[in-house]
Amino acid sequence: MNQQASRYFVPEPSHWPVVGSTALFLMATGAVLWINKVAFGPYVLLAGFAVLVFMLFGWFGTVIRESEGGKYNARVDASFRWSMSWFIFSEVMFFAAFFGALFYVRVLSVPDLAGLEHQQFLYPGFGSQWPSAGPAFKEHFSPMGAWGIPAINTLLLLSSGATLTVAHWGLLKNNRGQLKLWLAATILLGLTFLSLQAYEYVHAYQELNLKLTTGIYGTTFFMLTGFHGLHVTLGATMLIVILFRVLAGHFKPEHHFAFEAVAWYWHFVDVVWLLLFIFVYWM
Amino acid sequence: MEAANVHVHGAHDAAHGHGHHPTGLMRWVTTTNHKDIGTMYLWFSFAMFMVGGAMALIIRAELFQPGLQYVSPEFFNQMITLHGLIMVFGAIMPAFVGFANWMIPMMIGAPDMAFARMNNWSFWLLPPAGILLTASMFVTGGAAGTGWTLYPPLSVQMGMGMDMAIFAVHILGMSSIMGSINIITTILNMRAPGMTLMRLPMFCWTWLVTAYLLIAVMPVLAGAVTMILTDRHFGTSFFNAAGGGDPVMFQHIFWFFGHPEVYIIALPAFGVISHVIPAFARKPIFGYTSMVYAIASIALISFIVWAHHMYVVGMPVAGQLYFMYATMLIAVPTGVKVFNWVATMWRGSMTFETPMLFAIGFLFLFTIGGFTGLVLSMTSVDVQLQDTYYVVAHFHYVMVAGALYSAFAGVYYWLPKWTGHMYDETLGKWHFWLSFISFNAAFFPQHFLGLAGMPRRIPDYALQFTDFNQVSTYGAFVFGLSQLLFLYVVLKTIRGGEKAADKPWEGATGLEWTLPSPPPHHSFEEPPILK
Amino acid sequence: MTSKASSMAGLAGLGLSLYSGLSQAAWELTFQKPATRLGQEIFSLHDWMMVIITIIFVGVFGVMFYSVYAHRKSRGHKAAQFHENTLVEIVWTVVPLVILILMVIPVTGTVLAMRDTSNPDLTIKTTGYQWKWGYDYIKGEGEGIRFIATLATPPEQINGKAPKGEHYLLETDRHLVVPVGKKIRLLTTANDVIHAWWVPALAVKQDAIPGFVRDTWFKVEQEGIYRGQCAELCGKDHGYMPIVVEAVSAEKYSKWVEEQKKLMAAAADDPNKTWTLDELKSRGEKVYAANCVACHQATGKGVPGTFPALDGSKVVMGPKDVQIGTVLNGRPGTAMAAFGKQLSDVEIAAVVTYTRNAWGNKAADMAQPGEIKAARK
Ligand code: HEA
Ligand code: HEA
Ligand code: HEC
Ligand code: CUA
Ligand SMILES: [Cu+2]
Repeated sequence: MNQQASRYFVPEPSHWPVVGSTALFLMATGAVLWINKVAFGPYVLLAGFAVLVFMLFGWFGTVIRESEGGKYNARVDASFRWSMSWFIFSEVMFFAAFFGALFYVRVLSVPDLAGLEHQQFLYPGFGSQWPSAGPAFKEHFSPMGAWGIPAINTLLLLSSGATLTVAHWGLLKNNRGQLKLWLAATILLGLTFLSLQAYEYVHAYQELNLKLTTGIYGTTFFMLTGFHGLHVTLGATMLIVILFRVLAGHFKPEHHFAFEAVAWYWHFVDVVWLLLFIFVYWM
Repeated sequence: MEAANVHVHGAHDAAHGHGHHPTGLMRWVTTTNHKDIGTMYLWFSFAMFMVGGAMALIIRAELFQPGLQYVSPEFFNQMITLHGLIMVFGAIMPAFVGFANWMIPMMIGAPDMAFARMNNWSFWLLPPAGILLTASMFVTGGAAGTGWTLYPPLSVQMGMGMDMAIFAVHILGMSSIMGSINIITTILNMRAPGMTLMRLPMFCWTWLVTAYLLIAVMPVLAGAVTMILTDRHFGTSFFNAAGGGDPVMFQHIFWFFGHPEVYIIALPAFGVISHVIPAFARKPIFGYTSMVYAIASIALISFIVWAHHMYVVGMPVAGQLYFMYATMLIAVPTGVKVFNWVATMWRGSMTFETPMLFAIGFLFLFTIGGFTGLVLSMTSVDVQLQDTYYVVAHFHYVMVAGALYSAFAGVYYWLPKWTGHMYDETLGKWHFWLSFISFNAAFFPQHFLGLAGMPRRIPDYALQFTDFNQVSTYGAFVFGLSQLLFLYVVLKTIRGGEKAADKPWEGATGLEWTLPSPPPHHSFEEPPILK
Repeated sequence: MTSKASSMAGLAGLGLSLYSGLSQAAWELTFQKPATRLGQEIFSLHDWMMVIITIIFVGVFGVMFYSVYAHRKSRGHKAAQFHENTLVEIVWTVVPLVILILMVIPVTGTVLAMRDTSNPDLTIKTTGYQWKWGYDYIKGEGEGIRFIATLATPPEQINGKAPKGEHYLLETDRHLVVPVGKKIRLLTTANDVIHAWWVPALAVKQDAIPGFVRDTWFKVEQEGIYRGQCAELCGKDHGYMPIVVEAVSAEKYSKWVEEQKKLMAAAADDPNKTWTLDELKSRGEKVYAANCVACHQATGKGVPGTFPALDGSKVVMGPKDVQIGTVLNGRPGTAMAAFGKQLSDVEIAAVVTYTRNAWGNKAADMAQPGEIKAARK
């Protein structure tokens, strides 16, 4: 084994971690104050967020410089691959908790609440059917249908997965034009998805009387799609960063893990959407 | 597993010498060195152990007699909550991450952790979380008074201390996930040539599996507390029957995290013991392969037994039976480990320095805790014991006499390597014997209290429970004071003492002993070659 | 006999034999004396398990301590170098598995029996409130009886200002009276947070979950008074919500039912009566003491940061209907429960009137039961 290749890259001391911790501490404190209606809470939260953005720029800037400076050998690259896979696994488990909640209420708690003894003592007349907003919810609401915007959104996300792959092919063939074009198309599809989802939310609140507070249906609907939306936002932001790096001439056909990591993430977000489409909207 | 041809570069070579290294406080704040970070983890953990222990002493003082003496019931509830959260997330888990940081690179022949900078972040996320948790005592309404399990709807009623606990859990989760990714990547990708997976030191194996458990369950806990947060402030109905949700759903999600969590605590402890016992028996570990399989099976089974904490919530009888059978299965791989350790000692050539004493103490007391766990796993018996002091006794046997003793064993075992000095053997033995006796005085009587019907999480109790509670309180105070002796021994060793050889223990094996004591800044600049 | 086996087993492990001479109540080493057949079964299951566990424990640690003694370096023992033996390893995987199966067979039977709540003679619903238990006789003899049972230990005993009584913390103002030899199905639910209804001697523990109904059963064999406690952390006074079950013969039970029916008829308030301020205030003081002091305190000062003071509260001093709404419907997401389900119109009217006129509050107005009735709509 070659001396240089076997040597592992160990970074210099760095202040970015502690800046990041400060950011999270401020954000957590700010959020606590804010939701407990302390006046300056939102400002603390915002300050924390600003520090976080500062940290992200600084830290990723350093990583990109190191990467472009050729400090990352094949071993480091393998490390990145492992770590990204495990990170995505942790995200899978996070969504699993919320899907678990959805299945639990649909299969267990709502039918239970409509069971005989519950009917007799607690909730006369409550019937079990999904969608349900629970026995105490008296207003009328309409659930979100699957075959309007959600179906379009499914198409958008699925095709964005395809365009991203085409962009990747471009990168592998060192065809920068193809790379730029299809990467930009992917971002566009992602942003369209987000706009449609925003529109869908407005529609739900204004026309369907479907809100976060609409019992368990509203709860699971908005929490699941909301967290997914958040992940799409994150994924789209990362794609935009990658686009800028591409425009700056970064990445080589044989060395472009950042691109691949973001692509994995994007595909993961895609798969989650498919499950959402099936279990939240459709069935 | 002898390493040959180890090149150790004491000084910085060209690849690392440039750039200026901050000194003083900034050295610790900005460090990317696995040893510095390991040290910080261990000190943080000890500080948290003191804080959580002080809370335990408040609990025990109040329980010395029936009636309310020192604290109000609300404050008592806050104390048990913070004690549980701080001990689990602040003391025990960081202690073993500290060991992982110090030892894994040295054990596998790597220069450092795979992501040295992120490693530093994993650590520096802990203080903010610790501050949020402890500071929550001082806000209006005080800390969460729900127990560490944070069950709604009680947790929905709490004041802003609850929100602080929720965000602390989020931050701790991020720290654990990043730390785990780092550990897995280091073990999988940075082993020295020749270090195949089946030659991996046992401590690395336990951490590999633990890290996997952590990545799988911490996000689930984050999801659960997020649901509480939105139920509290944004009008969602996850745990509210009126809206179609179910408070019991939280318990399912929580224990899906919570049960693997107890093995997250136990597995690295098993790892440390698997180094200490062979070293002092001067005999290779018995049944390496079956140990590895046992660790993996414990981890897998731990995902499918969670509802043994919920036998009395009223689940269908089929569920009760299933969870009982699955839970009992864990006794088999755990038994394999216990038998292997005993077989390792069998026909060895044993000496009983402090690490070995703690390891034997661990084996003996952990098994008692395991057996009471088995009693609890029997659904119909657990109906009598759930939420009583029997459970409290059970888990202190596995977590204090289990995990904490193992951490003590590990500290005494590796302290010469870390500091370059031998610790004071006499004081170490005192620490062990004082801890051993007082621990049993504190927690053994709690079995009887639970059997006789004393519920847990109460600040005041009926008269017939007085005597055992007094024994328990005496035991707890002596146990707590004995830990100050531990602190003294460690400080004394850091400041000086007999110089430690590279390999101070006759029977120790592994790459870490091929490095000087204390080891150089970057452990293995060049990977050692294993034959 | 069984109790002895269990104590022996517990002790053998740690050699705490110094306790064995002290078998008075205070140093009780095992379960309380069971009063149901299921309790008996659990008792002997536990003993049986302790025996097996002790045998394994003694076996494993016998080997270990022998080794610690014999295979020590100071005695000149040289280390062997063996490190595996497939046969042994298979044996100690399979044998424990077999032992576990032997252990679990009898347990399965009890679990099935425990959950068989069919064909009860009497059905009672219990509701956990912060921090008291409500009982509702739903079906069978005594149908229609309902009452709330609260802690009867005076605060002075808790605060150490008076000597503690014999049943310190385990006494309630009303007992749950049940006939012996009858299968009683107990439905549990809760009003605010999760509680658990637990009486050790009856071997019954069942969580009471707000918004859900769960069930369990017991059949008491001997007459007697059995005491238990709430077993799920439910907030501040979790340690102060005991349960007292009084099991009586069938005849005594029938007599008790008759008495209760008469008492309830006598206590029913005339819905058309108009109450005077003083009547309401004195009635309200009692309601307050039974339902509100736990949080808002007898002084009306509350617990700062956790429970607001009613003395001087803007809500209490403000418009009457706002306060009535607060008491009727509670404040969702806080400990302030909806008392509409627990208290009658008269009681709510009384407590509202009382709080508006107690301590420093001088509203000098009152709420009539009719107003509460109207507000319930
Ligand atoms: C390190 C942590 C740890 C570990 C390792 C364990 C190990 C086990 N635990 Fe424990 N447990 C906790 C921490 C831990 N637990 C905590 C913190 C709680 C309470 C949480 C709360 O409510 O706050 C708890 C609660 C708890 C309960 C719920 C009690 C209740 O609330 O009602 C149950 C019930 O089944 C249980 C069972 C078990 C079992 C079967 C094991 C098994 O893994 C034990 C296996 C080991 C052995 C059995 C001994 C060695 C084996 C042999 C020598 C082989 C031969 C043996 C036989 C064939 C019998 N535990
Ligand atoms: C690994 C985790 C861990 C550890 C190490 C401990 C350690 C101890 N625990 Fe812990 N305990 C839990 C985890 C742990 N506990 C959990 C999870 C719960 C459940 C919480 C819940 O119900 O939600 C619990 C609950 C619990 C209870 C039950 C409370 C209740 O239900 O009402 C009790 C009561 O005796 C107790 C006691 C102790 C004692 C005496 C120690 C001792 O071992 C502590 C010894 C250490 C010290 C005493 C520190 C030494 C320091 C000093 C002496 C100096 C102090 C001075 C200064 C601060 C300047 N614990
Ligand atoms: C379990 C504890 C608990 C009990 C018992 C309780 N309360 Fe409350 N009460 C609260 C809490 C907590 C609040 C504050 C709610 C909030 O934050 O909005 C409150 C608020 C109130 C308020 C509004 C005060 C204000 O200034 O906002 C009134 C009035 C009130 N309670 C009356 C009563 C009456 C009358 C009773 C008895 C019938 C009672 N409460 C029993 C916990 C309790
Ligand atoms: Cu009710 Cu505890
Ligand atoms: Cu468990």
